Order: sequence, then structure tokens, then C-alpha cells
Amino acid sequence: MEKILEARHLRKVFQAGSREPLLAVDDVSFAVGAGEKVALIGESGSGKSTVAKLITRLLAVTDGQIFLDGEEITRARGMKLKQAYRKMQMVFQSPVDSFDPRCTLGDGIAESLRNHGYAKAEAGAETARLMELCGLRPELSDCYPYEVSGGQCQRAAIARALAIRPKLLILDEATSALDVTVQAEIMSLLNRLQRELSMSYLFICHDIALVQDFCDRVLVMHNGRIVEEGTADEVIRHPQKKYTQMLIDSVL
Amino acid sequence: MNEVSVRAPKISRDRLKKKLYFFSLVAALLILAAFFSEYLCPYDPYAQDMSLAKAAPSAQHLLGTDRYGRDMLSRVIAGSFTSIFSTLALVGFITVLGTIIGVFCAWAGKWIDTVLMRLADMFLAFPGLVFALAVAAVLGGGVHNAIFALAAISWPKYARLARSQTLAQQELPYMQAVRMAGSSPLKIIRKHVLPNIAGPILVTAMLDIGTMMIELAGLSFLGLGAKPPIPEWGSMMSDTRNLLATQPWVTLAPGFAIFLSVMIFNLLGDTVRDWLDPKNRR
Ligand SMILES: Nc1ncnc2c1ncn2[C@@H]1O[C@H](COP(=O)(O)OP(=O)(O)OP(=O)(O)O)[C@@H](O)[C@H]1O
Ligand SMILES: [Mg+2]
Repeated sequence: MEKILEARHLRKVFQAGSREPLLAVDDVSFAVGAGEKVALIGESGSGKSTVAKLITRLLAVTDGQIFLDGEEITRARGMKLKQAYRKMQMVFQSPVDSFDPRCTLGDGIAESLRNHGYAKAEAGAETARLMELCGLRPELSDCYPYEVSGGQCQRAAIARALAIRPKLLILDEATSALDVTVQAEIMSLLNRLQRELSMSYLFICHDIALVQDFCDRVLVMHNGRIVEEGTADEVIRHPQKKYTQMLIDSVL
Repeated sequence: MNEVSVRAPKISRDRLKKKLYFFSLVAALLILAAFFSEYLCPYDPYAQDMSLAKAAPSAQHLLGTDRYGRDMLSRVIAGSFTSIFSTLALVGFITVLGTIIGVFCAWAGKWIDTVLMRLADMFLAFPGLVFALAVAAVLGGGVHNAIFALAAISWPKYARLARSQTLAQQELPYMQAVRMAGSSPLKIIRKHVLPNIAGPILVTAMLDIGTMMIELAGLSFLGLGAKPPIPEWGSMMSDTRNLLATQPWVTLAPGFAIFLSVMIFNLLGDTVRDWLDPKNRR
């Protein structure tokens, strides 16, 4: 299978002033194939979000290499990084904080469209379409992030990430604030996009049932390392490591 | 019980709003009056009439006349133009300049940031008015040079504020989302950073109007600002200061004009600050 994303030996050390340096990600290697849905699970603080921010270049790696669609983007800047973001988008863990408090949700979603050559009217129409796709009333596009519920904001964040049709979507706890029905809608939307556009997902999640349902492959993180890896059924039904077993038991 | 605790903040917000409208209106009227001051003067502020020199206040000359027989009321009104607009120009200039430098420093980082901020520290370390005096003395008098001298010592405050506010914005999670949307740094600054940091900078600028007016008047008083016979409140006070014992009104009139304007702008600044204070939100 063709690889859309490959991470090789990623390491991230947080060095904050006089505090002990913190090794948040330690020698993490994995790949996401085109059209593949990969889950990243692990206890809180195991470094999942940090991995997401490393591969999206929002944090600089301490060591390692990142390849997106065959091109190395470990040190990409400017135009090259913008091109990379055309192929890779992310839904952030805290949806409300991921919108500028002084911009409406509609503006937030339209921003990447505008940056990629849509005219204002086109971007507006496309924004309305995306919001509907994600189950949001179009009136909400004039609301500010603090005026809507966490779940609505999360759907807006998903709409924003889908706007420029990336090949790879990274979802960091993207459905945690949604109730079960809305979550099912979003998952079926993601499934449809995966079939139609052969999108790939890196799915960071605490919900083991959802992972089993939705994902092809699972990576298990513990203390900044990937400790187990396999197909969703294998890992969840027959975990090899005690830690994975504990993780699964604790949520099921 | 419940009702009180729910309504109390709202009432104070309403009162704040009224206060804000009131002081904005007063300040706007003052600025407007200054702009049209030429047409508001009962007499020509430059016309000398020695036969009327040093007249006491009367029905014809409400504030009396100065030692050249010029109508003081007209001169105070005409003086508002220079005093108020040079202050506004100065505050506008340092706000824009300081903000640009501060945002640039925060964005550029590295050695550019270090160099510019050390420079700002240097300017901040000088005793303000003394430095302005030196600059004005080197450049010679005149309103423009007085503005320039005060601008030279006042921009660092704004640069520091804009820089720290920008750095704080850069740390916020939404910045990552905006970067991923592919926005260029210029667009991020224009669309996201500036609107988010405008509040505190604007409040500082509003509260600075009063201070700057006094400092400009101070430079003029010392003969380093507006040159006579151009009416300007600071230089008018200096002009007439030896009449203080015999005809206090000629000195006190421009002094009172300064006092009143400074007070209006300070009250407006205070109100705007309260208005934007997140604690008073909703
Ligand atoms: N900017 C930062 N500076 C310093 N340390 C950080 C920073 N971001 C994360 N860390 C640390 O790195 C470790 C991993 O954090 P990370 O956010 O990746 O965890 P996570 O797996 O996403 O957890 P959660 O499930 O709670 O979101 C934590 O110990 C955290 O304290
Ligand atoms: Mg996380």
C-alpha cells in the first residue's frame, strides 16, 4: 500500500527553563497508508497529542524525520509547509480554543478556503455546505466560538479541517464532546469521505469501542513510546501487553 | 435574592455604557470644537490692540486681554487646535509606530528582537522629559520637533506592550489552527493578532492622551514647542506668567483649558478600560 504519512524515529524533548527536560515522545516510528484509518490510543499524558503536533509541524522535532506523500517535510517552511497543509489537516483536542475568539465560526472555516484561492462568495457557499455536512445549522456561521456549545464547536472544527479536502486528517479526540448520535453521523461522514476520496485518518481516541468499529489499525502509546501495534481486532481482542489489556479493561 | 445577583452586573454594565457614551460625546465635541476653533473665536486671536492691553474680564472680553491687547478667550479657543491636535498626532504616531515595532519583534524573534528591545530599554532608561528637552533643544523649537522629541521617548512603552501581547497570542491554541489553514504571517497579524491585542493598546493610548498633552504643553512652556504668536496653551502660560500676580486670569485660562481637556481624555480612557475589562463583561 502507498504511504501517505511516514514518521521515522521521532523524538521530542520539552525543555522548559530550569525544569527537568521531559522526553514526551521517544523513538516513535509508524506509517499511515493511503485510505487507511489508524488509531492512536494510550493513557492521558502518553504523548499522543505531541505526536500529532510533531507530524503536523506545529512543534519542531528534536530528532527524526517526517514524510508526507513521499516528500520529507521535517524542516519544511513557508510555501512548502503550506503545500503540506493542503494535504494534511488536523482537528484539535480543545475545539473552542482552536478558533480565534474574535472571528466567527464561518470566518474560521472559510479562512483556509480563502487561502487556497477561493473567492469570497465561493468560500461562503462552500462553508455553508461543509457546515451542513457536519450537521450544523448555517446560522451558526455568524456565531463566535464562545457562543456555541462544545459539540457544535467540535463539528465546526471538523468542517474546517475537511474544507480543503486533505488526504490525511488527524483527529485529536475529535468526537469526545459529541453525543452518540452525532458521533455516529460524523463517523459515517468520515467513512464516506474515506471511500469516495480515499482519505486517511489518524484517529486519537479514548473510546475503544469506536476504535474497534472505525479503525483498521491501532497504535498503542505508553510513556512516549509505541508499545504495541496491529490490526484493530488483534490488538483489542488479543492484546500482547499488560498495559494494553489494562487500557482496554479500564474503558470497556 | 437570586434576581439581585443576576441583575447586579448588568446594571453596572449599563451604567458603564452610559458613561462611555457620555465621555465619548464630550471628547468628540472637544475635538470638533478644536477643529472648527477658527470660526468659534469671537475676535481675531492675533489682532493686537495696545489700547486694550491687560484689560480685566468684561462683557466684551470675557477673559480679558493679554499684554498686547489680544482677546484671551479667542486665544484660548484658537489654542485648542494646536494643543489638542498635536497631542492626538503624537499619541497616534507612537501607538502605530510602537505597535508595529512590537509585533515585528515578537514575530521576528532572534537577534532583531534582542537589538530592538535593548534599544527600547535604553530609551526607557532615560528620564523622559529631560531627554525630550535635549532632543527638542538639538532640533530647535517648533511643534513638529516637540512631537518628535516626545515620540522618541514614548514609543518603547507601546513596543513592549505590543510585543508581550503578541507573544501571548502566539501561545494560544487557535494560532496553530490558523497556521494550518495556510495563512501567511502578514495575514495572521492583520486578521488575528491585531484585533486581539488592540484593546489593551488602545486603552494605554487613551490614558496617555492626558499625559502627552501635559508634556507637550510643558515643552511649549519651556519655549521648545509652539512658537509665538501661534496660540498654544503651554506657550500662552509661559508668555503670560509674569502677569500671574496682577492679572491671574490670563495665565489661568489656558491652564484651566489644559486641565479640562486632560481630565476629559483621562475619564474617557478610564471608562474605555473598564468597558474592555473582561471582569465587566456581560
Ligand atoms: N508544550 C509543552 N511543554 C512542556 N511539556 C509538554 C508540552 N506539551 C505536552 N507536554 C508534556 O508532554 C507529555 C505528553 O503530552 P500530550 O499532550 O502529548 O499527552 P496526550 O497523550 O495527548 O494526553 P491526553 O490524552 O490527556 O490529551 C505530558 O507529560 C505533557 O505534560
Ligand atoms: Mg492530547
